[in-house]
Amino acid sequence: MKIKYDLHIHSCLSPCAENDMTPNNIAGMAMLGGIRVAALTDHNSVKNCPAFYDACRKYGIVPIAGMEITTAEEIHVVCLFATLEAAMEFGELVDSRRMKIKNRADIFGQQLIMNAQDEVIGEEEYLLLSASDLDVFTVAKEVFSRGGVAYPAHIEKPTDSIIAMLGDIPKEAGFFAAEVKDLTALDALIEKYPILEGMTIVSDSDSHMLEGLVDDRRELELELLSDDENEIRDAVIRTLRGPSI
Amino acid sequence: MTVSRLIDELDLEVLSLPFPDREIKGGYTGDLLSWVMGRAKADNVWITIMTNINVVAVASLSDVAAVVIAENAEIGAGVIKKAEEQGINILRSKCPTYETAIAVAKLI
Repeated sequence: MKIKYDLHIHSCLSPCAENDMTPNNIAGMAMLGGIRVAALTDHNSVKNCPAFYDACRKYGIVPIAGMEITTAEEIHVVCLFATLEAAMEFGELVDSRRMKIKNRADIFGQQLIMNAQDEVIGEEEYLLLSASDLDVFTVAKEVFSRGGVAYPAHIEKPTDSIIAMLGDIPKEAGFFAAEVKDLTALDALIEKYPILEGMTIVSDSDSHMLEGLVDDRRELELELLSDDENEIRDAVIRTLRGPSI
Repeated sequence: MTVSRLIDELDLEVLSLPFPDREIKGGYTGDLLSWVMGRAKADNVWITIMTNINVVAVASLSDVAAVVIAENAEIGAGVIKKAEEQGINILRSKCPTYETAIAVAKLI
């Protein structure tokens, strides 16, 4: 069965995202765009995931709790989890391994933590754009061992991507999926980086503002045992983890 | 030494120069923004090949006197505009980071 997805979305917790990227606004826009599965992936934090779970359920969207982590090499990696609990646990690990530099909202933007009613319940004190000291191999290992999936984000970007920082996608990291922003560039990318041939390619919106959420989404072919929320989420993660792991 | 003198001595290209008279004290080189954020000091000249928009934010946060983009690295118009708005001096050198750093070190 084909389902529409967007697995890389930022909320108002990410300093670079607009403050109207509230859990309910994201879920509502996702519904209008016909998206079935949506993942919240703020920079280096999962603190809006509980509210996102509740908001998605209100709008009939299957939520996935996630994070876009910045590795020690400054590679952005999308991390998705099968349960909210696993995501929160990973969030604690990253919190303990992140450079603690106080955010300056006047430069970087606010980092708002919200509840399921879109009310501000806190503000992240430390800048979420700074890197953790977890390298890309450790990140993959930590996420996969928690039953989640990790894949390198926007691999063709000249900064913040695995190709920009490491020159290729190292096989040893164990990634089965990769995110490409501009799918028209895919053929050229596969030619240059043959490892991509055997990988599942996803293309997410990486939205930082509500307008970014309404363009066409890609569809993922899933083998579903039922139409249950947990099954859909598990199937997304199964598909992206690949057969080898 | 002021930023404007550094420009003359090193024959740097001026991309954004809201504060030509800022005094330079020491320098820092690095391209990983997180690394620079925690280590570059106020009034340093920061030499980098990174030209991402976040360079401006990191320069503001660290309060560096100027950013010198080495190796003539491409930089977007949006980044320069942002630097002007935020009061960040951005200059560009044809030389690699190593040579640029040596030239700065000889002057200060």
